[in-house]
Amino acid sequence: MSSNSSMRTPLGRVRGLGSAKSGTGHFWLQRVTAVANVFLTIVFLGVVISLFGKPYVAAVATLSHPLVAILMLLFTLSGAVHMRLGMQVVIEDYVHHEGLKILAVMANTFFAIAIGAACVFAILKLSFGG
Amino acid sequence: MAETKPIARPLSPHLQIYRWSWTMAMSIAHRVTGTALYAGTVLIAAWLVAAASGPGAYETAQAIAGSFLGRLVLFGYSFALLHHMVGGLRHFVWDMGHGYEPETRTNMAKYSVFVSAGLTILLWVVAYAMR
Repeated sequence: MSSNSSMRTPLGRVRGLGSAKSGTGHFWLQRVTAVANVFLTIVFLGVVISLFGKPYVAAVATLSHPLVAILMLLFTLSGAVHMRLGMQVVIEDYVHHEGLKILAVMANTFFAIAIGAACVFAILKLSFGG
Repeated sequence: MAETKPIARPLSPHLQIYRWSWTMAMSIAHRVTGTALYAGTVLIAAWLVAAASGPGAYETAQAIAGSFLGRLVLFGYSFALLHHMVGGLRHFVWDMGHGYEPETRTNMAKYSVFVSAGLTILLWVVAYAMR
C-alpha cells in the first residue's frame, strides 16, 4: 500500500484512472448510492407494503404527500443509478463477446433510465397532476 | 505438415468443484437478489404508473397486486431487497478493512440470513400495524 512499493508510473498516479479508464468512479458511486439506499429502502418498502390493497383515493393521498413523494423520488434516482452500476458488473463478468457486451451495457443504461423516468413521471403526476 | 489440433486444456474450476461455504452462498445470493430486484423494478414502475394513470388502471393493478400471488411476490421482493441491503452492510464492514477473519466472515454471512428474514417480518408487521 505504501507509495514507494507502487508499480504505477507517476503519470498514471496523477491521472488516477487505471485499467477501467474511469478510475474509482464506478466503485465509489456504487457505495454512495448504497449508503443512501439503506435508509431509502426501508422508507420505500414501508410505503409500498402499507399501501397494498388500499383503495385509489387513499393510495394517491399517501403517494402525493410531499415527504413521501420526495423520498420516493430519491429512492428512484439512487436505486436506478445503483442497479445500473450493479448490472453493468454482472454483464462485464458474464458477456465475453466484445460487441455483445457493449450492446448489453448500453441496453442496461437505457433500462435504468426508462425505469427511473417512468417512476419519476408517475410520482410527479400523482403529486401535481390532480 | 504438422497438423495443429486444439488441445483440450483443463479449464479453471468453477462453482461445482468447490465445497459450499456460507460466504460463497451469500456472495451468490447477493448477486442473485440484485438481479431479481433489477427485474422487479418493472413491477414497481408499472404499479406507480397505473396509480398515476387514474382509478381504472389502478384498480386493475391492485387486483393483480392484491391477490395472494401478488402479495407473495411483494413479500419475496421485500426479502430480496432487505437481504441485498444486509449484504451491502457486510461490504461496508469489509470496505473499512474489518471482518476478514475466517470466523468473523462466516458468522457475518450466516447471520445475514437471519437478520434479513427478521427485518422482513418486522417491516411487514409494522407496515400492517400502520394501516
